[in-house]
Amino acid sequence: MSSAMGVLHILAGKMTLDSLFFVKVWHNPTISEVIAGGAGGLVVLGAIVTFGLITLLGKWRYIWTEWMTSLDHKKIGIMYMILAVIMLSRALIEAMLMRVQQAVAVDHPGLLSPDHFGQLFTTHGTIMIFFVAMPLLAGLINFAMPLQIGARDVAFPYMNSISLWMTVGGGILLMASLVFGEFSTGGWSGYPPYTELAFNGGVGPDYWIWAVTLSSVGAMLTGINFAVTIYKFRSPGMRWMRLPLFTWTSFCTAILMIFAMPPLTVATLLLAADRYLGMHFFTNALGGNMMNFVNLFWLFGHPEVYILILPAFGVYSEVVATFSAKALYGYTSLVIATVVITLLSFTVWLHHFFTMGQSAPINAAFGIATMAIGIPTGVKIYNWIWTMFRGEVRFTTPMLFSLAFMVTFVLGGATGIILATPPVDFMVHNTLFLVAHFHNMLIPGTLYGMIAGYYYWFPKAFGFRLSEAWGRIAFVCWVLGFYLAFMPLYVLGLAGAARRTQEFFDPAYRPWLIIALLGALLIGAGFLSLAIQLWVSIKARHANSVPVGDPWDAWGLEWSIPAPPPEYNFAVLPHVGGRDAFYWRKKNNTAYKPADRYHDIEMPKHSMCGVVVGLATTACFFGLVWHMWWLAFAGFAVTVGTVIARSFMRDVTEIIPAAEVEAHHRHWLEMATASLPIPRPLELTPENEGLAKCPK
Amino acid sequence: MSEVREPELRHAGLNLADKPREVREQLESDVFGFWVFLMSDAVIFALLFSIYGTMESATAGGPVPQHEFKISSAFWETALLLTSSFAYGMVSLSLKHTRRLVWPALWLGVTFCLGAGFLNLEVHDFLTMFHDGATPERSGYFSSFFVLVGTHGLHVFSGLTWILLMGVQMALFGLDQRTRINLIRLGLFWHFLDIIWVVIFSVVYLGALAR
Amino acid sequence: MNMSPSQKRDFATYGIGYLLAVVLTLGSFACVFFRLLPQSGTLIVVFTLAFVQVLVHLRCFLHMSPFRRAARDDLLLLLFSAAIIMLIVGGTLVILFNERARMM
Repeated sequence: MSSAMGVLHILAGKMTLDSLFFVKVWHNPTISEVIAGGAGGLVVLGAIVTFGLITLLGKWRYIWTEWMTSLDHKKIGIMYMILAVIMLSRALIEAMLMRVQQAVAVDHPGLLSPDHFGQLFTTHGTIMIFFVAMPLLAGLINFAMPLQIGARDVAFPYMNSISLWMTVGGGILLMASLVFGEFSTGGWSGYPPYTELAFNGGVGPDYWIWAVTLSSVGAMLTGINFAVTIYKFRSPGMRWMRLPLFTWTSFCTAILMIFAMPPLTVATLLLAADRYLGMHFFTNALGGNMMNFVNLFWLFGHPEVYILILPAFGVYSEVVATFSAKALYGYTSLVIATVVITLLSFTVWLHHFFTMGQSAPINAAFGIATMAIGIPTGVKIYNWIWTMFRGEVRFTTPMLFSLAFMVTFVLGGATGIILATPPVDFMVHNTLFLVAHFHNMLIPGTLYGMIAGYYYWFPKAFGFRLSEAWGRIAFVCWVLGFYLAFMPLYVLGLAGAARRTQEFFDPAYRPWLIIALLGALLIGAGFLSLAIQLWVSIKARHANSVPVGDPWDAWGLEWSIPAPPPEYNFAVLPHVGGRDAFYWRKKNNTAYKPADRYHDIEMPKHSMCGVVVGLATTACFFGLVWHMWWLAFAGFAVTVGTVIARSFMRDVTEIIPAAEVEAHHRHWLEMATASLPIPRPLELTPENEGLAKCPK
Repeated sequence: MSEVREPELRHAGLNLADKPREVREQLESDVFGFWVFLMSDAVIFALLFSIYGTMESATAGGPVPQHEFKISSAFWETALLLTSSFAYGMVSLSLKHTRRLVWPALWLGVTFCLGAGFLNLEVHDFLTMFHDGATPERSGYFSSFFVLVGTHGLHVFSGLTWILLMGVQMALFGLDQRTRINLIRLGLFWHFLDIIWVVIFSVVYLGALAR
Repeated sequence: MNMSPSQKRDFATYGIGYLLAVVLTLGSFACVFFRLLPQSGTLIVVFTLAFVQVLVHLRCFLHMSPFRRAARDDLLLLLFSAAIIMLIVGGTLVILFNERARMM
C-alpha cells in the first residue's frame, strides 16, 4: 500500500485530487468556486468538443500536415492570430467578471473571493500581454512583413515554428491552470517577495513563471527571425528608405524583442531559482533584494510597451495611406520617429517604480526621458493627419479604427505625461488612474491597430473581404465601450480607488463602477460582433472574393500577388525601383505582366520538429510546476533530442518546378485580365474582384 | 551587398563569392542570425553581472569570496579556456585552407579536451566551496555567484556537447555546407564564451581577491 | 607543412591574438597575486586589461574590423548591443546603489 502511494507520489508530484477543479467546487461550493469550476469545466468541454469535431470530420491529417507542421510564414502568422483570439475571449470574460465584482462589491463581499479575484487580474494581465497582444503582432508581422519586402519566407522558418509552438505552450499552461490547481495572485508583474515560496507555497506563481518564460523565449527567437529577415532578405532594390512603414516598425519591434526579452527571462528564471533551489535573489532573508526583480522586470516591461505599440503604428501608417489614396506624408520623419522611440524606450524603465525609493534626481532624469518620448509619438500623429489632408478618404472599418486610435491615444498620452511627473505619480500610483492610463494606451495603441490590420490584410490571406456592416458595428462597440469602461477609472483613481481591489467601501464609487461595467459589456459585444463578422463573411465568401489580390488599391508589394498568395509568395522575386513599388507598377501598366523566365523555387519542407519542441518544452514546464520530475525530465529529453535529430536531417527543402510556378502565375494573370477594374468608391461592393482601377 | 568578396576568415571555407545570390544570402544570414542570438545571450550575461554587482556585499554573515576563491584554480581555468579558444581558431583555419577532414577533426578534439578540462576544474572548485558551506542557499551573494558562473559553465557544457555532435556529423556527412555553417557558428559560440570568461575572471575572481 | 601567404596571414592573426591574450591575462593575475598596487589601483588595472583583452578577442578571434566593408554588419550589431548593455548595466547599478545608500 505505502509503496503504491510512493509511486503515485512520484508520478503525480504535488498534484492531488484536491487540485482538480470539480473537487474544489465539491468541497467548497461557494459562488466564487462555482465560477472558477465553471471556467475549468469550460476548458475541458472546449477541448473535448474541438477534438471530437476534428475527429468526426476526419480533419486530423489535414490540420497536422497543412497547418501544425507547416513552416510557411503565412500559415504560422494565421495560427498566431487564432491563438490570440482564443486567449482574448478568456481574458475578456475575466475582465467583465472583475467589473461585475467591483460593481456589486461596494460595502459587500460580492461574488468572488479575494483569492479568486487576485487570480483573475493576474491571468487577465498575463494573457492580454503575452498571449493576446504578442501573438497578434507576431502573427500580423509574420504574415505581412515577408510579403512587403518581397521575400519567400522568413530567415529561419523552422525556428519560426518553434517560437509559435512555445507561445501556444504558454497558452496551454494558462488554460491548464484552470483545470489543475490555481494561478498566481501576484499580478502580471509577479513581484516577489510575495511570489516567493515563503508567502506563496502553491503552484500559482510556478504556472506564471513557466508560462511567461515560454512566451519570452519564443518572442526572443521571433525577434531574431524578423530582424534577420528584414536585414538580409529584402528583394533586389528594396533599400532601407524604400521599406513600407509596417516593415520599419516590425524591424524596430524585432530589435526590442531581441534586447528586451532577456531581462524577463532572467527575472523569471531567477525567481524560479529562489523557489526551486532555495536561492536568495529576491527573498527577504540572507541578502536577497526584491528591488532587483522590479528593476529587471521593467527593463523588459518598458521596451515591451513599444513592442506592443510599434506594429500598430505601422498598420495605421499603411491603412491611412491606402484609404486616403495618398503617399504617406513625411515618410522620413516617420522612420526617424520610429527609430528614436525604439532607442528612447531603453531609457525610461524607472518610471514604472518612481516610488521604490531612489533619490529625486534619478526620478527626475527618468521622468524627463519619459516625457521626451512624447515628441516622436506626436510627430507620428501629425504625419497621419497630414496624410489624410486632401486625400480621397474612405471611411472603411480599418480607417475608422485608425481615427479612433488617433483621438484616444492622444488622450492616453496626455495622462502618460501627467504620470511621468514623479510627484504626481506618487499621488496616483497603484490606483485605478494608472489602470485607466495603460488601457488607454494599449487598447487603441495595440488592439485597434491589430483589428485594423486584421481587416486590412484579411482579403490577402483568405481571398475574400470581411463584412463591412459588422465591422462598423464592432467599431462602435469597441470605441464606445472603451470610453465607458475606462474614463470612469480616471475619476475613481483620482478619488483614491486602489487598483486590484476586491471590495470597496466608499458608496460614491458605485455609479462610476457601474458605468465601467456597462463599458466592459459593450467591449464584450464588440468582440462578439467581430466573431459574427467572421461567420457572416465566411458564409458570403463567394460574393466578396477578391482573387486578383488588390482590393483596396494599395501600394505595397504584398498586394501585387494573388489572394491567397501561393506558398512561395512571388512567382519571380520583384525588383524594386522606389518607394510604394506596386503603385508605380500599376501606374506604368507593368503590374500584371508575365515574367521573361521562371525558375525552380526551393522551399522548406513541412516539419514536425517545431511542434514537438514547443509542446515537449511545455510538458517539461508542466512537470516543473507540479514537481513531476519524471515529466520534466522526459520533456527536456525530447526537446533536446528533437533539436539534435533535426540537425542531422539534410533533406529539408523541396523544389517547386518552374513549370508549375509559371502555370499558376499565368492562370492568375488571365484572371486579372478577365476582371473588371474597380474604382475606389466601389471597393466595398461585390463587384470588387481585387483589381483596382488606377486613376490616371 | 552585391560586390564580389575575397574568401574570408569569418566565413571560413564557405567561399561565398562563387555562390548564387540567394544561396549567399541564406548562408550569410545563417551566420548573422547566430550573431544576433549571441548578442541576446550577452544581454543575459550583462544582467547577471549587474545583479552580481548589486549583491557583492550580500554575504549575510556567511562565507566571503576572499576566502573561497583560489587564484591558482582561476588561473588554470583561464589558461585552459583561452588555449581552447586558440585551438578552435585552428579548426577555422584548417577549414578554410584544407579540404581534408583530418585537421579540423583533430583540432576539434583538442578544443574538446581543453574545454572539458576547464569544466572539470570548475566543478571541482564548486564542490570545494559547497564543502566549506559556501552554497547558493547560504546567501544572496553566493546565489548570484553560482548562477553567473554556473550559467557560463552550462554554456561551456552545451558547447562541448555541440563539439561532440559536430564530430559525429563530420564523420557522417563530411564537410558539407550545413556542417561548415554549424562549425562557423560553433566557433562564434566558443570564442564568445571565452570573452565572457575574461569578464568573469576579471570582475568576479580578481575583483574579489584584490580586496 | 608549407603555407601559402594567406594561410600565413590567417595563422598570424590567431597567433598574435593568443599571445596578446596570454600577456594580458598574466598581467592582471600578476597584479593581484603580487599585490603590486593599492586596492583601487589594482581594480582599475584589472578592468582595463580585461577591456583590452575583450577587444583583442573580438579583433583576432572573431575578426571584427572597422575597416573591412564585409564585417560592418557584425560590427554595427556589436556596437549597438554594447550601447544597450552599457545602458542597462549602468542604469541598474546607479539605481540599485542609490537605493542601498538611501537605506543605510
